[in-house]
Amino acid sequence: MSFWRSPGFWLNFLLIFVGGALVLLIHQDTLRETAFTVLMYIALASSLNIIMGLTGYVNFGHIVFFGLGGYFGFFMLSQMGWPLYLSMLAGGCLSAAVALVIGAAVLRLRGAYFALATIGVNEAARAFVANFKPFGGATGLFVNFSVYDQYGGSASALWWIFTLLWIVATLTVVVGYLVKHSRFGLGLIAIREDEDAAMVMGVRAPLAKTIAFALSAFFPALVGTLYFFKNGNVEPEDAFRFQLSLEILVMVMLGGKGLVLGPILGAFAYERLRGYLLISPLFKNLHLALSGGILLVIVLFVPGGVVGWFRERFPRLRRLLE
Amino acid sequence: MFSHLSASLVDGLLIGFVYGIAAMGLSLIWGVMRVVNLAHGATMALGMFFIYYLFSGAGMNPYLALPLAALLAMAFGFIVYVVALHRVIQAGYLYTLLATFAVNMIIIGIGTTVFTTSPRNVDFSLGSVTLGGEILQGTRLVAAAASVTITGALYLFLYFTRTGKAIRAVSNNRAAAELMGISSARVLALSFGIGTMLAAVAGSLTATFFPFTILSGSTYQLKSFVICVLGGLGNPLGALLGGLILGALEGIVPVFMPVSWVPVVEFGLFVAVLVIRPSGLMGAK
Repeated sequence: MSFWRSPGFWLNFLLIFVGGALVLLIHQDTLRETAFTVLMYIALASSLNIIMGLTGYVNFGHIVFFGLGGYFGFFMLSQMGWPLYLSMLAGGCLSAAVALVIGAAVLRLRGAYFALATIGVNEAARAFVANFKPFGGATGLFVNFSVYDQYGGSASALWWIFTLLWIVATLTVVVGYLVKHSRFGLGLIAIREDEDAAMVMGVRAPLAKTIAFALSAFFPALVGTLYFFKNGNVEPEDAFRFQLSLEILVMVMLGGKGLVLGPILGAFAYERLRGYLLISPLFKNLHLALSGGILLVIVLFVPGGVVGWFRERFPRLRRLLE
Repeated sequence: MFSHLSASLVDGLLIGFVYGIAAMGLSLIWGVMRVVNLAHGATMALGMFFIYYLFSGAGMNPYLALPLAALLAMAFGFIVYVVALHRVIQAGYLYTLLATFAVNMIIIGIGTTVFTTSPRNVDFSLGSVTLGGEILQGTRLVAAAASVTITGALYLFLYFTRTGKAIRAVSNNRAAAELMGISSARVLALSFGIGTMLAAVAGSLTATFFPFTILSGSTYQLKSFVICVLGGLGNPLGALLGGLILGALEGIVPVFMPVSWVPVVEFGLFVAVLVIRPSGLMGAK
């Protein structure tokens, strides 16, 4: 492993690490809120990239893991009184375990069938949680505000949550990089290019796909727990937003799927763009149509995304833009 | 208990016919083009709004507006194919999924701005018929009859006309069909047009008995996926059967458990069928 000598690794790592550190240093509330959303999107997009970018399996239900893991983490936190970081990890483990089970069944399907199944899984999970009594049914769960006292009041709790998210996002990006540049990652890329050929070459495709799926499911759960803890409540409509699932997909495509830098830049650019569109009176309601337009243009004309396009145009930058 | 069960079963079956039409469009597009049309639901919603405006704005009978909706939807389907799909049709399912999805976002985005998300309904009634103790809404009976007619017409078209045979040929083997002198681009555009038309017709029929918003399409689209998988993706006639199964389920399940469990049962079944038998209950292989 010589990832620490690769400029591509350091660019990705420093972008997110220094970015988050700067926000912590400046210590300003509005900046933190924006940075929270950006880091959340980066973590979600980067984790989706592990399954979608590397193996080429489109997952329309990535948000299931955000919702389900976040729900479980929040449940441990608010009902069982576990500390935040433990609940977060519990959520992550549950999410990865669910992904192992779902993946073992659903990943036998290829291509479009898999994509369809993930839509079904998302809807089934939402409907199930909305009816599941321990998770509060359709009204969801709330946190007792006295919990924030452990963190020195709600203001410092928000900074504490941000710091954790910063660590999670950095970790997601680092893991994404390591997976892509490992032997395991090469196997995943081989599956993307030609699954049958990969299997002939000795890649254990079903196992590799399932592990990649579980790995991509672990991080959204951490993000979910932090997000719901920040909000102080969790409800099915907010946890399983199909819309968000799709927006994450657009982010990955915008930046460039299969590249570690792609989802980072894609998430950042999308969040900025969306923020701009939401406050501009002309585009306030049209932002969905505009994102659709962007997606269509990317799919039709720049299938490699922005980073992919730069790699194509400037081969010398390839070692940097990974 | 029993009369309640049979009443809701009949009601569910009638709606199932309309679900079947929507799913048939999706299934045809998949079968011929290998494209999962994620803009299907949005097109259905457009059909609903078309009927709504012609009915409450111009006072037109919804069933007279139906053929008009069908024609416009066909043209719309052609345009979508040319703009969004033709370039990526060979590029694999990832790109076609994302392209149709982008179309969906554009329709929903513009639709939300133009129509807002407040619910509408087409206040149109044909009275009701009492049959052996069951009260059947006239609009639902007509919708079911229309669905059966359309299915029959589609069957005749696919099996007994030259163009229909060309569509089936491209569906079987695109390369071989091209070698036989069939212009596959034209057939693909036509299939997408027909699929879109079926979506809009199903939407229009649904509008006559359920309230809707521009976002309603996504629910029906998901149901269409379930139905397609039940009936076998790419098997348009199986879709009608799938629609009836789903309609029956929607009628029966609420009798035994709370209505909110219906989606859990539906999507659970969906995933189960996909995993155990991806070719569908009626699938060939």
